[in-house]
Amino acid sequence: MKGSEKKLPETMDNQHKPQTPPGPGRSTPVKKEKPKKDPRKKLFRPERMLILASSPHLGTTDSVPKIMWTVIAALAPTVVMAVYYFGWPALRTILACVAAAVVTELIMNYVKRERLTVVDGSAVITGLLLALTLPPSLSLDRSILGSIFAIAIGKQIFGGLGYNIFNPALLGRAFLQASFPVAMTTWTNPNTARFANIDALSTATPLGAFKFEKITTDYTSLFFGNSGGSLGETSALVILAGGIFLLLKKYADWRIPASFLGTVFIVGGIFWLINPSQYPDPVFHLLSGGLMLGAFFMATDMVTSPITSAGCWIFGSGAGILLVLIRLFGGLPEGVMYSILLMNAVTPLINRYTRPRVFGELT
Amino acid sequence: MAKKNVSLSAEFLKGIWNENPILRSLLGLCPTLAVTNSAINGLAMGLATIFVLVSSSILISLFRKRIPHQVRIASYVVVIATFVTLADRYMAAYYPVISKALGPYVPLIVVNCIILGRQEAFSSKNGVGRSILDALGMGTGFIMVLLVLGSVREILGSASLFNFTILGDWFHPWMIMILPPGAFLTLGLLIGLANWYNEKRGIV
Repeated sequence: MKGSEKKLPETMDNQHKPQTPPGPGRSTPVKKEKPKKDPRKKLFRPERMLILASSPHLGTTDSVPKIMWTVIAALAPTVVMAVYYFGWPALRTILACVAAAVVTELIMNYVKRERLTVVDGSAVITGLLLALTLPPSLSLDRSILGSIFAIAIGKQIFGGLGYNIFNPALLGRAFLQASFPVAMTTWTNPNTARFANIDALSTATPLGAFKFEKITTDYTSLFFGNSGGSLGETSALVILAGGIFLLLKKYADWRIPASFLGTVFIVGGIFWLINPSQYPDPVFHLLSGGLMLGAFFMATDMVTSPITSAGCWIFGSGAGILLVLIRLFGGLPEGVMYSILLMNAVTPLINRYTRPRVFGELT
Repeated sequence: MAKKNVSLSAEFLKGIWNENPILRSLLGLCPTLAVTNSAINGLAMGLATIFVLVSSSILISLFRKRIPHQVRIASYVVVIATFVTLADRYMAAYYPVISKALGPYVPLIVVNCIILGRQEAFSSKNGVGRSILDALGMGTGFIMVLLVLGSVREILGSASLFNFTILGDWFHPWMIMILPPGAFLTLGLLIGLANWYNEKRGIV
């Protein structure tokens, strides 16, 4: 005890030495007189300063741009599948959304007179994710509007990356859903639209078909994406591939998709066991709609999900329960967007109540 | 009571910007958010409120030395409710469409914080002239914000202004703007803009 007390002032003195002017009695005019041969400069060179910093001491090579561009890479297969199934309109929507997001980010950076944050790729991700949740037939001006809203209101108004409460892409989609309810629920049949110049045939999403007409879609179509739906949600296979890549890189907490999908499976399964003719089976729940995309790429957003392990479990299961409730008893066939947004809203609370006890802390 | 050194024009002008009831004090948000889905509704609501505000300010300022301190709030509410009933019946008789559109929000002017707040904070302590100016200023500030909110929401939400279509077919109306979330979004952005401007001018 005594030794450490003795040591501490020494090290502190050591650190402060170069910064304090030599000779406490010197007055200001003397300092001004000779700035060229400042004695402090001499001290800086030969002496290797001891850097004192509080923990954590271990750094990582991960950076915001690296993580963001990796996520974009993980989304690439989904983008390819979207273009493969829905043709040029899909590509156009994706490019427009990404461009609008980037331009909005630039403008907001300029207005707020801050460092440009476009290169870190977060705006690209927001635009990309938003585009992947849009129906293929949505007109370009609406897609761009959603993208602008996502970045300007969803992200930058709150203070930019790291300060947003809600997932910006989902907020943009919620804005579009509330603004254009008809256009946002007009779905295209993937087979008719592909690179053909004919008018696309509209169709129902598997979830919509089940909810309103009790028609089930077979798992193969759902798994490979050969069904109606948003651009990036139809093919569970490629989303899984990209999502697992992210989990392996540890850029997404595995607990969130695990608890999200697990809860949907269990809660959906309970309802299916109660009445198989009324409620879809759990596998259908997992494969249909935007659940895969939401669970792997949106719920795992680092900013808007809890930081503790227990919090991640609560977050995922909460979203899962909400999702099944919305799908089975809500007015809309799909509820991934609202379930994640609602859980985003309670994330600060989850973080507060799952805070691990500091070692030695008395409760 | 000590005489104030505030000029009459300042008494009027403070309600318009520096002490704007909505943008600065965030009072009376319920009608602000609920009825501004079109410019005409906002204007009607504002006019009804300014009528009640000015009339009750005059009356309460006249009787400010007669009203016992212990029951002042109840007395204010009775006075305000009288004028609200007048406004409500008048609108129902002459402008039934607007009256229907505003729904319960005209009777709810009784509990509008702006009105009660001005009586408590100003009319009960100042002469009739100043009270009228204060009420007019506050009412003008209120109407201004309501009109701006209503116009923005109507233009974006139904592509029209005062029921005249002003945007062509190319514009897809944002339905969210005439729904409650549009009110919160627009008001939030408006208050944000006002704060940003005030910060630049050095008013905190």
